[in-house]
Amino acid sequence: MSVASFTVPTVSHAAVSTDGLLEKVSIRDLDFFYGDHRALKSINCSLYQGKVTAFIGPSGCGKSTLLRILNRMYDLYPNQRAVGHIRLDNEDILSPSQDLNLLRAKVGMVFQKPTPFPMTIFENIAFGIRLYERLGKTDLEGRVQHALQRAALWDEVKDKLNANGLSLSGGQQQRLCIARTVAVRPEVILFDEPCSALDPISTAKIEELIDELKDDYTIAIVTHNMQQAARVSDFTAFMYLGELIEYGDTSRMFTTPNDRRTQDYITGRFG
Amino acid sequence: MVMISGASSPLYAKRRRRNVITMGLSFGATAFGLSWLVLILGVLLWEGFSGLSLAVFTEMTPPPGSAGGLLNPIMGSLVMTIIAVALGTPLGMLAGTYMAEYGRYDKLTSVVRFINDILLSAPSIVVGLFVYEIMVAQMGHFSGWAGAVSLAVIVVPVVVRTTEDMLTLVPDTLREAAASIGLPRSLMITKIAYRAARAGMITGVLLAVARISGETAPLLFTALNNQFWSTNLNAPVASLPVVIFQFALSPYKDWQNLAWTGALIITLSVLALSIIARLLTAQRKTS
Repeated sequence: MSVASFTVPTVSHAAVSTDGLLEKVSIRDLDFFYGDHRALKSINCSLYQGKVTAFIGPSGCGKSTLLRILNRMYDLYPNQRAVGHIRLDNEDILSPSQDLNLLRAKVGMVFQKPTPFPMTIFENIAFGIRLYERLGKTDLEGRVQHALQRAALWDEVKDKLNANGLSLSGGQQQRLCIARTVAVRPEVILFDEPCSALDPISTAKIEELIDELKDDYTIAIVTHNMQQAARVSDFTAFMYLGELIEYGDTSRMFTTPNDRRTQDYITGRFG
Repeated sequence: MVMISGASSPLYAKRRRRNVITMGLSFGATAFGLSWLVLILGVLLWEGFSGLSLAVFTEMTPPPGSAGGLLNPIMGSLVMTIIAVALGTPLGMLAGTYMAEYGRYDKLTSVVRFINDILLSAPSIVVGLFVYEIMVAQMGHFSGWAGAVSLAVIVVPVVVRTTEDMLTLVPDTLREAAASIGLPRSLMITKIAYRAARAGMITGVLLAVARISGETAPLLFTALNNQFWSTNLNAPVASLPVVIFQFALSPYKDWQNLAWTGALIITLSVLALSIIARLLTAQRKTS
């Protein structure tokens, strides 16, 4: 395979114009291990406030792994560890003293498969809010409504807030999960292939939603769908075999990539 | 060998014959097994229903030769079962929760699971002797408490097993989703995982009740029996299985009839519990 002959991990940051952008999350020299297996190799990357960064690459390249480090989801499992530096507003989130629950309240996550909690639609949203705030009934209802509106789900569920969250369609469930995430008022939202289990219409809705949300949040999205990355993101990072091969403006990445491997992947020659 | 096609091939005909024979044998075995079950149930219903009357539920066990009922053993079984479930369920659920949630990757969990599986299939008479040794022998007399504890020892492994199994069925994606909004682990377990596994966990408790409601051996050594009405759990207490055991072996016709009726009551209660458990499980699958 011609790809394997490229072994020099040259990361191109040259074409990124970051003037006036606030670096929300900075990833420096990040390695990740599943037991002894080094799944990520010296990753350097940034997420900018108000922008969407897409991570693309073939299966097993480490993009989901990278995303799951940003809210330390890997901490739920044994024998997984991250080495390096990740700063969220100058706070080292890999530090052992980091409070994981507070971190996850700041860095929300939407998963590949919709995962509503086994409770009513209203409770799915209210549950997360109650974790952090003591609100009166009206305030709570207001917050739930706001979150559902932000997730473009309110009009579809306003008359059945007491129905089970699992009774919704797949696309609605995914928007419910987005509303649940938004309700906790995070600063960063991580999307881990949020549309791969959805039909095209639901996918379009989610993409629209990401576009609306990005003004208020810092967003990272992992996707297998290159058109989706091109549509929703401002920056794109291409990963391959645990390395970040190339990172830059989405428009440039999809027109004139610097690295041959990036070009091969986005033109469908492998992956 | 050249491939021969179609139904005319001798290989295919042989396979068909073998299929017919195997199917016939399976069917025969099923029919044979079922016929005995039907026979047992039929005799039980016939003998049990003929003795069923209001007196069974309102009068005490009689001396031989006079009329009476099964009120004291019914009450004794009920009370000891309730205490056994109250003792065994929290213990079993907490242990099962540790195994499925906190200690899933620990060595201790596999050790506990192994021991629990042994307990699960341990002969109940061993449990009876164990509780006899630690309670009856120490206290110097048989008691309802000892009976309840020996039943609890049987409840625990059943509840441990079902709790662990049901919690393991809760997908990890749900746990991750709970963690992703900053839910501490304790709340994730009590508010999310328990809720998702609720039907299965209740089923486990019901099955444990069904299991202990017919147990005789552990009660023989612990609660013994009592001919009279007694609410004192520090004294011997009557129970349905032991009364059935005693009355069925007796030469008196009226005692034997009461034993049939008692057996019918236990069977119907277990049947009811099983039906409830099945309904709950079906509910879980559809939701």
